[in-house]
Amino acid sequence: MGKLQARWGILFALPAILGFLIWNLGPMIASFVISFTNWSIAGRPSFINFENYKKIFDDFVFKKSLSVTFYYAVGSVFVGLVVALFWALLLNRNIIGQALFRTAFFLPAITPAIASSMIWLWLFNPTFGLLNSILDTLGLPPLEWIYNEKQVIPSFILMSIWGVGYTITIFLAGLQGIPQHLYEAVEIDGGSWWDKFRHVTVPMISPVIFFNLVMGLIGALQAGFAQAYIMTRGGPNYASMFYSYYVYLNAFEYGKMGYSCALSTIFSFMLFGLTILVFKTSPYWVYYEALRK
Amino acid sequence: MELKERTSRKLENTIVYAFLFIGLIVYILPFAWLVRSSFMDISQIFIQPPEWIPKPFQWQNYPKALTAMPFFRYLINTLIILISVEFGTLLTSSTVAFSFSRLKWRGRDIFFFLILTTLMIPYTVILIPTFLLWKYLGGINTFLPLTVPAWFGGGAFNIFLLRQFFSTIPYELDEAAYLDGATPWQVLWKITVPLSKPGLITVGVFTFMGVWGDLLGPIVYLNDSSKYTLAVGLTTFMSAYTTQWNYLMAASTAIIVPPIVLYFIGQRFFVEGIVLTGLREG
Repeated sequence: MGKLQARWGILFALPAILGFLIWNLGPMIASFVISFTNWSIAGRPSFINFENYKKIFDDFVFKKSLSVTFYYAVGSVFVGLVVALFWALLLNRNIIGQALFRTAFFLPAITPAIASSMIWLWLFNPTFGLLNSILDTLGLPPLEWIYNEKQVIPSFILMSIWGVGYTITIFLAGLQGIPQHLYEAVEIDGGSWWDKFRHVTVPMISPVIFFNLVMGLIGALQAGFAQAYIMTRGGPNYASMFYSYYVYLNAFEYGKMGYSCALSTIFSFMLFGLTILVFKTSPYWVYYEALRK
Repeated sequence: MELKERTSRKLENTIVYAFLFIGLIVYILPFAWLVRSSFMDISQIFIQPPEWIPKPFQWQNYPKALTAMPFFRYLINTLIILISVEFGTLLTSSTVAFSFSRLKWRGRDIFFFLILTTLMIPYTVILIPTFLLWKYLGGINTFLPLTVPAWFGGGAFNIFLLRQFFSTIPYELDEAAYLDGATPWQVLWKITVPLSKPGLITVGVFTFMGVWGDLLGPIVYLNDSSKYTLAVGLTTFMSAYTTQWNYLMAASTAIIVPPIVLYFIGQRFFVEGIVLTGLREG
C-alpha cells in the first residue's frame, strides 16, 4: 500500500507541482533575470546590469507610487480591521435579523471591482454625486474626493471599508469560538464590558486579528489596479499611482518589460520582508492557546 | 438593583440596534444609489438635490445599455473562460488536495509548503514573464492564457481550502475502501468528493467571482474587441458613454446580479469555507 500511495500521491499532486514550476518559480526567476535587461515589447533584449535599478532610484513616480501604495495599504488595513471588528462584535450578540445584517455587510465584498469602481465613481462625483449631497444636507462644505490630490487616497480607503465583508465573517467566527465561561469569570470579578473586551476578547481573537492583518496587508499592497484603471488613471498628479498600476503601465502601455520587472522584483522583496517581519513579531502580541497549554 | 440592570440591558440593546441600522443603511446606500440611477431619465439624474424615485421609470435603460455594446458576445466569451477555469480548478485542486491530505509520500509536506508560499508572490511579478511566454507560444488574443493555468492545481488558496475540508473526513473510510481493492482515484470520487460538497461549492463560487470580475488578465491578453469579457466590455462602454450615468449604472447592475444570486445560493457553504481558511492552521 505504501508504494502505491506514493505513486498515486505524486501523480495527483503533479498538476500543482508542474504549476508551481511553470507559473510561479519559472516566471519569478525570469522576472529577476529580465530586470537586468532593457527588454522592450518590440525589440530584442540585451543585458544592461543594474541600469534599471539605478533608474528606479531616480524615478520620481516610483517613489510617489511606493508612498501612495503604503499609505493606502496601512490606512485601509488598520481602519478596516477596527471597523470590521466593531461590526462583528455587534453582530455576535443575540440580535433579531442577524442574517439580514450579515448579508448587507457582505454584499459589497462580492461586488466585482469593476462594478464597485463604477458605483463609487458616480458616488464621488463632485457635482451630482450622493456623497457631496449628503455633506450639503449636513451643512458641510463639498469635497473633491478622487479628483483632489490630498483626498484621493482617503476616498479609496473609505471605499475599501465598504468592502470589509470577508474580514467581518472571519472575525465573527473567531468571536463565536470564545468560551462563554471566560466572560462569566470577568463578570464575577465585577469587570465592565471594557474589561471583558480587553482581557478576554482581544487576547482570544488575536490569532484571527493576526491572520486578517497579514492577508489584508498582502492584499492591500497589491490592490488598486481596478480603481486606478477605471477611476483615476493614477491621478491627480500621480496621487493614486498604485504600485500594481505603475508596473502595468510600464510593461503594457510604455512597453518597458525590463524596467517593469525591476519594479516588481523590488516589490516582491519588500512584500517578503514585510511578511517575515510581521511573523517574527507575532509572538509578542498574538496569543496562541495551544502554545500556552 | 435588578430593575437597574434590566434598564441598562435595554439601553445597551437599543444602542446596538441603532448602530446596526445605521450600518445597514450605510452599506446598502451605494446599491440603492446604483439601482435608482439605473432606472432614471438622464435629465432627472442630474437634478440637485438628488431625487430617489425614478420618474418616469425608465426600465428601457437596461435593453438600451445592454445592446449599445455587443454584451451578449462578451457574456459568451466570459462563460467560455469560466467553464474551462471551473473544470480545471475543481478537477485538479481536488486531486492535489487529496494527495496533500490523504496520501502519504516523501516530500509531500515540502511541496505543500512551497505551494502555500505562492500566496505571497505579487501577481505583477508573474504577469510579465508569463505574458512573454504566451507571446512566444502565440497565445496572445486567445483564451488560453486565461484558462490553461487553472488546470495546474487551481491555485494555492483553493488547494488549501479543499485540504481543510478533506481533512475532516475520517480516514477509516478510505482504509475500508482500500481493503476492498479500491484505487485512490476511486476513493477520491466515490468517498471524498461526495462528502466535501460544501468545500467544492465554495471553491466553485470563489472561482466564479475571480473570473467574473477579472480585469487585468483580459486587458493584458485580449486585444480584439470580439474576444472581450464582460468586465473589459464594461470599461470600453464606460469610455464611450462617460456621462450617461443611467446607462452605466444599468450595465453595472447587470454585472452585479449574477454574483449576488450565486451568493444567496451558496451562502451557507462558502461562509463555512471562509471560516475554515481563516481559523484553522495547517
